[in-house]
Amino acid sequence: MNAEAQNHPVIQRLETLIPGAVEEGQVFRGELTLWIPAGRLRGVAEVLRDDPELSFKYLSDLTALDHFPLEPRFETVYHLYSIEHNRRLRLKVRLSGDNPGVDSMVPVWPGAIAFEREIFDLFGIQFAGHPYLVRILLPDDWEGHPLRKDYPTEGYR
Amino acid sequence: MPLTLERVPGQEERVILSMGPQHPSTHGVLRLVLELEGETVVRAIYDIGYLHTGFEKSFERLTYSQDITLTDRMDYLAPLSNNLAFCLATEKLLDLEIPPKAQYIRVLLTELTRIQSHLVWLGTHAIDIGAMSVFLYCFREREDILRIFEMMSGQRMMTSYFRIGGLALEPPLGWTERVERFIKRFPAKIDEYEGLLTRNPIWMVRTQGIGAISAADAVAYGVSGPSLRGSGVKWDVRKAEPYSSYDKFNFDVPTRPEGDVYARYLVRLGEMRESVKIVRQALDGLPEGPIKANAPHIVLPERESMKTSIEALIYHFKIVTEGFHPPTGEVYQSIESPRGEFGIYMVSDGSPRPFRCHVRAPSFANLQALPKLIEGRLIADVVACIGSIDVVLGEIDR
Repeated sequence: MNAEAQNHPVIQRLETLIPGAVEEGQVFRGELTLWIPAGRLRGVAEVLRDDPELSFKYLSDLTALDHFPLEPRFETVYHLYSIEHNRRLRLKVRLSGDNPGVDSMVPVWPGAIAFEREIFDLFGIQFAGHPYLVRILLPDDWEGHPLRKDYPTEGYR
Repeated sequence: MPLTLERVPGQEERVILSMGPQHPSTHGVLRLVLELEGETVVRAIYDIGYLHTGFEKSFERLTYSQDITLTDRMDYLAPLSNNLAFCLATEKLLDLEIPPKAQYIRVLLTELTRIQSHLVWLGTHAIDIGAMSVFLYCFREREDILRIFEMMSGQRMMTSYFRIGGLALEPPLGWTERVERFIKRFPAKIDEYEGLLTRNPIWMVRTQGIGAISAADAVAYGVSGPSLRGSGVKWDVRKAEPYSSYDKFNFDVPTRPEGDVYARYLVRLGEMRESVKIVRQALDGLPEGPIKANAPHIVLPERESMKTSIEALIYHFKIVTEGFHPPTGEVYQSIESPRGEFGIYMVSDGSPRPFRCHVRAPSFANLQALPKLIEGRLIADVVACIGSIDVVLGEIDR
């Protein structure tokens, strides 16, 4: 955790409310990134949304990264925004490449529903508790997940 | 097996209707599956992906400069807004300062983009509801803007005019007069559209109180842009996190509290008037100076200097054959596109190609609110609701 992240008000507030939930923090180009253990994501997300000093009610973006062949292979990335405080936050959760899955954020931010379907479709990451997890962009008989790094960009597989 | 709705036991007389993907009011290839009780929509789901072209995968195999051309083709009604978001994200990653003249021209052109996108929206939205003539009026003015784009960039739609580090070309002589002429005439044209619609009793009956969504619901579903401001949330990325020197411009953010189709219509008309104000300020305050940043390892050199300077020739060769190497890191840059918050999440691993470039498409999030807008309403209101959230399927499917 770099010094700029250490003193960031969001990290300090989270440390008082739920100590030990933040694995790692980083500030790059003025943007704060937090890493959260997959098991604690739901609890952290609810605090981030409901605490009046944080109030991240708007889920701006949700996507994933594939670090193949490194392990943990996947990361899900949540971009949150607080309209009241005009503040942005990036949450990341590391997931293993073997049967990747994480809790769905639909109960916290209903707007996650299509974004999580997109990640399921293009990365093959499961979201536990998602109401309707089917492919969204590709046909449902498509094989493979195109945004994975081991999926070729051209030619036949 | 195409997406469909399961029948509810005991409600077998309800009709499951597939609307689209080739339906004139769905603006592209959006398919809706509606469960109807008589003429009332009980449940609705949407089906997308018909235009999926894998832009996000393509981003990873092209260099940063080449990727700009892909962003044009996502939201084909707002190519310059997409160019701007991509360039700003890359420039943030590179920590590159853009000359003020380029910033002002970027603001001016993205506001013209907003006007022409809203004009297409207004024309097609009015046709959906049955006001045919508005379409012709709107496309008349849109043509003027496309001609300005053609004059500036050589292209009417797929402009790729903004480049990493500035602009592609010095604007041609006489461009300010063309813009001047347009913004002098345009406010009277908005009055003309309003004369056709705003107090038109048929228009009011078809839009007022239809497809209402509360502010809290809109925020929870990730709705942004005019659709969010139609529900009374005064949030605009241009004001909240000013980019490209928007903080130097004086403009209002129109909002309406009602949250219905009519409110979203009034917000967009208000935005067109505000955009004219911004274009006027950008023209009046246009700074002198270069249009490209002083960063020879990133910005292509002038053609003339390549003929006389060996450094320029080497930089040109390096940029064209290999590209530039940004530092390792990740940034998220959002802008206010005509449809809402358009974000680019860019991850660099230090190579000349993005490790990952994700597009946060405003229509993709806004469309999630659609079932909420139409459930419990008549089937005739469905087209009014689709039109009012102004979706572009190109950026939804990417």
